[in-house]
Amino acid sequence: MTLAPETTDLMVQLRLADDWFTVCDLGRLLPGRGVAALLPDGRQAALFLDRAGRLYAIDNRDPFSGAAVLSRGLTGTHQGRPFVASPLLKQRFDLSSGQCLDDESVRVATYEVRTAA
Amino acid sequence: MSTTASPARPRPTIVLVGHGMVGQRFLEALAERGLTATHRVVVLCEEPRPAYDRVQLTSYFSGRTPEDLSMTDPGFLTEHGIELHLGDPAEAVDRAARTVTARSGLTVAYDTLVLATGSSPFVPPVPGRDAEGCFVYRTIEDLLAIEEYARSRATTGAVVGGGLLGLEAAGALKGLGLDTHIVEFAPRLMPVQVDEGGGAALLRTVEGMGLTVHTGTGTQEVVTGADGAVTGMRLSDGSELPTDMVVFSAGVRPRDQLARDCGLTVGERGGIAVDEQCRTVSDPHVFAVGECALAADGRVYGLVAPGYEMAETAAAAIAADEDGRKSFTGADLSTKLKLLGVDVASFGDAHGTTDGCLDVVYADSRSGTYKKLVVGRGGELLGGILVGDAEAYGTLRALTGSVPPIAPEQLVLPAGAGAPAQLGPSALPDEAVVCSCHNVTKGTVRGAVTEHKCTTVPEVKKCTRAGTGCGSCVKVLGQLVTAELEASGVEVDKGLCGCFPQTREELYEIVLALRITSYRQLLDRYGREAARGGDGCEVCKPTVGSIIASLAPTIGADGYVLQGEQAALQDTNDHFLANLQKNGSYSVVPRIPGGEITPEKLIVIGEVARDFGLYTKITGGQRIDLFGARVEQLPLIWTRLVDAGFESGHAYGKSLRTVKSCVGRTWCRYGVQDSVRMAIDLELRYRGLRSPHKLKSAVSGCARECAEAQSKDFGIIATANGWNLYVGGNGGATPRHADLLAQDLSDAELVRLIDRFLMFYIRTADRLERTSVWLERIPGGLDHVRDVVVHDSLGICEELESLMAAHVAHYRDEWATTIEDPEKLARFVSFVNAPDTPDPVVGFVPERDQIKPDLPLLAIGTRPADTVLEGSAQR
Ligand code: SRM
Ligand SMILES: Cc1cc2nc3c(=O)[nH]c(=O)nc-3n(C[C@H](O)[C@H](O)[C@H](O)COP(=O)(O)OP(=O)(O)OC[C@H]3O[C@@H](n4cnc5c(N)ncnc54)[C@H](O)[C@@H]3O)c2cc1C
Ligand code: SF4
Ligand code: FES
Repeated sequence: MTLAPETTDLMVQLRLADDWFTVCDLGRLLPGRGVAALLPDGRQAALFLDRAGRLYAIDNRDPFSGAAVLSRGLTGTHQGRPFVASPLLKQRFDLSSGQCLDDESVRVATYEVRTAA
Repeated sequence: MSTTASPARPRPTIVLVGHGMVGQRFLEALAERGLTATHRVVVLCEEPRPAYDRVQLTSYFSGRTPEDLSMTDPGFLTEHGIELHLGDPAEAVDRAARTVTARSGLTVAYDTLVLATGSSPFVPPVPGRDAEGCFVYRTIEDLLAIEEYARSRATTGAVVGGGLLGLEAAGALKGLGLDTHIVEFAPRLMPVQVDEGGGAALLRTVEGMGLTVHTGTGTQEVVTGADGAVTGMRLSDGSELPTDMVVFSAGVRPRDQLARDCGLTVGERGGIAVDEQCRTVSDPHVFAVGECALAADGRVYGLVAPGYEMAETAAAAIAADEDGRKSFTGADLSTKLKLLGVDVASFGDAHGTTDGCLDVVYADSRSGTYKKLVVGRGGELLGGILVGDAEAYGTLRALTGSVPPIAPEQLVLPAGAGAPAQLGPSALPDEAVVCSCHNVTKGTVRGAVTEHKCTTVPEVKKCTRAGTGCGSCVKVLGQLVTAELEASGVEVDKGLCGCFPQTREELYEIVLALRITSYRQLLDRYGREAARGGDGCEVCKPTVGSIIASLAPTIGADGYVLQGEQAALQDTNDHFLANLQKNGSYSVVPRIPGGEITPEKLIVIGEVARDFGLYTKITGGQRIDLFGARVEQLPLIWTRLVDAGFESGHAYGKSLRTVKSCVGRTWCRYGVQDSVRMAIDLELRYRGLRSPHKLKSAVSGCARECAEAQSKDFGIIATANGWNLYVGGNGGATPRHADLLAQDLSDAELVRLIDRFLMFYIRTADRLERTSVWLERIPGGLDHVRDVVVHDSLGICEELESLMAAHVAHYRDEWATTIEDPEKLARFVSFVNAPDTPDPVVGFVPERDQIKPDLPLLAIGTRPADTVLEGSAQR
């Protein structure tokens, strides 16, 4: 037992209605990967950090399978826009708009996200 | 606010009543023919919003907003000077004066009137049908009202009608979390599109999703409570079905009231009667198009594709342009839908009404698949029905009317069931319609590639419109585009993905030669211009992650795949060192080298499975898979397994899976070598080796081949003098027998050849290319590989061997490493902000004394928070 997760003193917050909801220390996010957060009303959000340090948050539920797994997908950049690919059937979702890039009729919810000291 | 057109009438006026899907298409057709420049165009629109995609209505419930559904680009109307009056339906037509009056009092004089009023949902005349809690399913406003009611005051919902729209509505209610019932008068679901067999397959699947279906029963009455709101339904069999809301989806009726009121002829069963130019039979100044029209063939079409054709036809008739003369004489009723996640398609004469026709049926009730083809006397394909698997729809529909180049049964059999190579779109004649929504033929698609220089499906879509309707033809389009590009010798970009112009092999050489251990560095230096500095993509990240892992000790990287930046490159399975299952849980597969296991270890596996409640199964790879682990349980499970001496089985990795064995010389009367020992040695040697795809092996103790070595990437069969080595075998979807690489090898020779073979494959294969495909693809094939690895024709064997030696020397068990690292373990939680709370949509139900995923739970998506947040560590 050596290291504990590194902390940064910066907290990641999501906007829910009019309030900012504190999720976790920024140090818990790995650039290029996501984490899932449980929201007070039982919904789940998937939070991502890209390599430039930008944060994104979308609904964690994969609309194609129903499973709450989008936070576990691989992220990337497509034509300059950030996306995550669902780990189940690989459909890609734009991280800033929630739009599915492989099926224009599908979109997931997005959240405003920020860091606060 | 009443205005009248100026008496001078500088330009003739076209008035369109109804701005639905067909109305919008009609406006586009006018614009394309230049009629918007020469005419004043006025649109009366009843709904509060301009035309939107009604076909995709249900996608609102999967996150599409009303704005996303819009079909009307705001610029379109202004650019063409079209006057759109929203929320102002036409109320009266004076045909003698040639004027239309709208609800607001607006009166417009027309030269040409076009009715595109669509249809209205049919609500059977049962008592209580107007009660609070009764809905129809046609407009965005209907959806908003259903959603609001379902969320605020319903837990149960019933849909009246088990047709196409009824199932869509039921899917929507289910998605809103309601306990959902479907009541259908006919004896089966989707009676119009599918036959009995198809209905049965559909029923099983729909029920399997947790919906309750009542067929063969009608709705007699909607029962209401004291407050006047719905509490249930009385069915015609006398039973009562308690429900909080009812959605009527029992068919549609053409909206022809406006036409009736002004004396236009309507059909006996409704619909404004028109001729082949879509002009009403009663009045040359009035047209009717879309669902409100009774076409010249005596039918009312309830699908959008025929409506579009009518819109084009009417516009052509109004333009009276010579070459644009069209007529609408009837249309194809083919449909392919994804209802509740089930593919359902029917095309042509689906019910076999043609004289003397014959059926070819394939049904598999286990998988809910049903396929029927209707074939004419001369062998021509007339139509068919596909339920559960509609892969072949695009091709079959296009072949309708012709004699297929292969026997019909081979068109419906599943791949692998004796069917030869699937019939590709190359078999289609040029006249075959590949996109029936927009009536685009194969010839037109080919022309888009050869003449209009389209090189991608999106370009072809833009150029031909194919694929922009229901989308069911997009797969065929992709195949046609690729085939056409290849045929015309166009240089196809061989780059790995949108981020790298190099192939996997080239990237391997770069990483090895320059000792690059960072993906970002590789991307920023060697990636495509536009991709540099970005986050890469889901294709190149795991590919580069795998190359770095294969070469780790040699290039000075850490062989542990979760180390540092490498963790972000791994596919989900590798990131959690377990296999993701459909409900978000994981499976655990400990390594059992050669399939040999002591009773003590078997007991440990049993105990772990029991203590964590896991589903247990013996795999096809001679080991044991434990399913249903939640992500936060993985470290606990592996702590127990590692303590008992187990290691990761890499079932999740593109790496060595198993080396299967037969019992061999030790026990078997025929055995000539110790196949178990060799299998264990090989499994331990190559365990953890990351490669372009998974690697499988087997060792058989004699030529009887009980271990099935010839279906493996590298398979070994014992001989009296040693071992024969076979390579390039494959089971799976495209099985291939392995080829003999070398004979009668000693133990040491065998291992040396396998080392070289595997490292040569890792170096030169494409991503996700099994050895079988690689062997067929690389120039020179097996002979070349033999030259390289047996005769060292490239002089690289020493290097290949030393790469493998480095791998073997540096192997560490990933799970043992992970459970010792608290920082890595912190990632194994469902929620970063509630590490003790399990994901509430991962649930299980019992089956045959074990568990299976609770799939209906996935359809609901969320559960109330108070039950799950309690006791969790919240900041
Ligand atoms: C568990 C098992 C089935 C079983 O219950 O027996 C299984 C399960 C899966 N197989 Fe398999 N395969 C299993 C033996 C096989 C075999 C038989 C064998 O290995 O002897 C084959 C045919 C042999 C072959 O590979 O050539 C086989 C051919 C496939 C294929 C097709 C590969 C191909 O080249 O066409 C896939 C898909 C792929 O890898 O792309 C696949 C993929 C999968 C995946 C990984 C699908 C996925 O991505 O989720 C399944 C994951 C299981 C899990 O989550 O734990 N599985 N699969 C077997 C595990 C063996 C093991 O102990 O590791
Ligand atoms: C949920 C759902 C799913 C569907 N799925 C499919 C599918 O997968 N494939 C397929 O081919 N078809 C499908 N359809 C059918 C398809 O939507 C229709 O065929 C198509 O919309 C018909 O177009 P239309 O313009 O004739 O009618 P509509 O799109 O209904 O437009 C008619 C418009 O006219 C307006 N109107 C009526 N009277 C007046 C008046 N007096 N004054 C002014 N405006 C008036 C109405 O308000 C409406 O906006 C589906 C329909 C629904 C509801
Ligand atoms: S392959 Fe030969 S040695 Fe092995 S079990 Fe079968 S018969 Fe016996
Ligand atoms: S067939 Fe519907 S878009 Fe092509």
